[in-house]
Amino acid sequence: MSVDEGTVRRVAKLARLRLIEAEVAPLARELSGILAWVEQLGELDVSDVPPMTGVGASLKRRADQVTEGGLAEEVLRNAPHAEDGFFTVPKVVE
Amino acid sequence: MSALTDLSLDEARKGLARKDFSARELTRACLDRIAAATPLNGFITVAAERALAMADAADARLSAGEGGLLEGVPLAVKDLFCTQGVLTTAGSHILDGFVPPYESTVTANLWRAGAVLLGKTNLDEFAMGSSNETSYYGPAVSPWRAAGSEERLVPGGSSGGSAVAVAARLAAGALGTDTGGSIRQPAALTGTVGLKPTYGRCSRWGIVAFASSLDQAGPMTRTVTDAALLLRAMAGHDPKDSTSVNRPVPDYVKALDGGLKGLKVGLPKEYRADGMSPEIEALWARGADWLRAQGAEVREVSLPRTRYALAAYYIIAPAEASSNLARYDGVRFGLRVPGRDPTEMYENTRGEGFGTEVKRRILIGTYALSAGYYDAYYARAQKVRTLIARDFEAAFETVDVLLTPTTPGPAFGIGAKTNDPLTMYLNDVFTVTVNLAGLPGISVPAGLDASGLPLGLQLIGKPFAEDELLRVAARLEEAAGFSARPQEWWTA
Repeated sequence: MSVDEGTVRRVAKLARLRLIEAEVAPLARELSGILAWVEQLGELDVSDVPPMTGVGASLKRRADQVTEGGLAEEVLRNAPHAEDGFFTVPKVVE
Repeated sequence: MSALTDLSLDEARKGLARKDFSARELTRACLDRIAAATPLNGFITVAAERALAMADAADARLSAGEGGLLEGVPLAVKDLFCTQGVLTTAGSHILDGFVPPYESTVTANLWRAGAVLLGKTNLDEFAMGSSNETSYYGPAVSPWRAAGSEERLVPGGSSGGSAVAVAARLAAGALGTDTGGSIRQPAALTGTVGLKPTYGRCSRWGIVAFASSLDQAGPMTRTVTDAALLLRAMAGHDPKDSTSVNRPVPDYVKALDGGLKGLKVGLPKEYRADGMSPEIEALWARGADWLRAQGAEVREVSLPRTRYALAAYYIIAPAEASSNLARYDGVRFGLRVPGRDPTEMYENTRGEGFGTEVKRRILIGTYALSAGYYDAYYARAQKVRTLIARDFEAAFETVDVLLTPTTPGPAFGIGAKTNDPLTMYLNDVFTVTVNLAGLPGISVPAGLDASGLPLGLQLIGKPFAEDELLRVAARLEEAAGFSARPQEWWTA
């Protein structure tokens, strides 16, 4: 599978990654190389094989209850921008 | 008396309990050595004041006769574990200034056992790398050099700084994490012991996530006994990690005793891949002889799908990473690069905050998970993962442990493999299968190559058989008798 520069830009958009122009061509080349190498997985017959989605027993469940809270100040301490107990982002609606 | 920093973790622990020296003296000795080792770039943050305060508290408990398993033992922690009140970077620009308001479960377990935090060690950005060269904070440098050379070598990765701290005797032991070999490969390259436990043995809570179905924390030490001690303090059930397993933690140190008579050791024939260096092959054969001489029965086994493991890994790990790293959006923590609207702000922040390798993996993962490609890449890789796990299950019906080389070769020069991501990925060829299957694996220093650089052998065990794995590793360690240590070129 060859990845062209348009595909790199499209996937970068999906991943919310701004790429500078000089990054695009090398990434297209590297991604093509990696995906071509991954093509070897096609040599195996996996038609009756279940996917392994995790290791070991199925996930445990727990009660859906509040165990901690009231930590807004601590939570916001690492925010690049916070105001009045809220995270702030650029204006969404004019 | 030799330097306090030369003591093994176990010797340090015993010396502290006997009051041969204080935790403050030992911690001070480590901090002085760290300060003199800046050319190695092993640490991102040195928490000197806090370390001395923790040491004083340990001394008080030791005086009161209340010391824990690791009371007063100074440790280095990979900067992927969240440490309350201490900068945690994951080796990334995007976590600039992040000071966690909470402590990871594994580190909390260590402090409860009395250990002292010296500082946070350098690593590949978000643990994505095999050489520590993708760190935003610059590469960590191996204390080892090839004979007659001044070339700077990689310590391996991603837990490169932790390997440096242990090999250069800057800490009694260290914590690493291992997603595809990130504990075992740097251990092998620096002549130290590195253990990746069974998936679920140690809690992942509070560890910056890379690939959640593969990540596991483990000890990096100078001896197998030290690894057993650290694992005992780290391991245990944690309700905050739904994949952490609720089963008793054995006394791994007690389990070290005993011979190998009747032990069945498998050598996976597929690991004898094309192009294995004769030196690695000879080391592997020597390792088998050492176990055989102690009464083990060594036989060849087959793991037929081994050659597909790396390709499956380089779909699964990036796919999980692209999802895990979605949280770095410039809103809640770390770096923010402004934009006209939220989307542009996310894109600018992530574009500037992530390094090249991380971007590469996010793009691979996003691509593999995107509509139209999911089945061809991600679902297929997960099915291949099932086959790889089945290979191990079948092998473990006939043998107790597997013996393999840890890496395809010794440490390489900084910059030698950065041009081609695929060449770098091949470093993990012998370790990555273990993560895919969720098994425990340990690297033990086994010898030096012709140029005087360390090489390691890996033992792979059955799920939750760390006790048996450590016992075999201890016998391998004794037989190898590895006593080499790097020349101290880095101290002025």
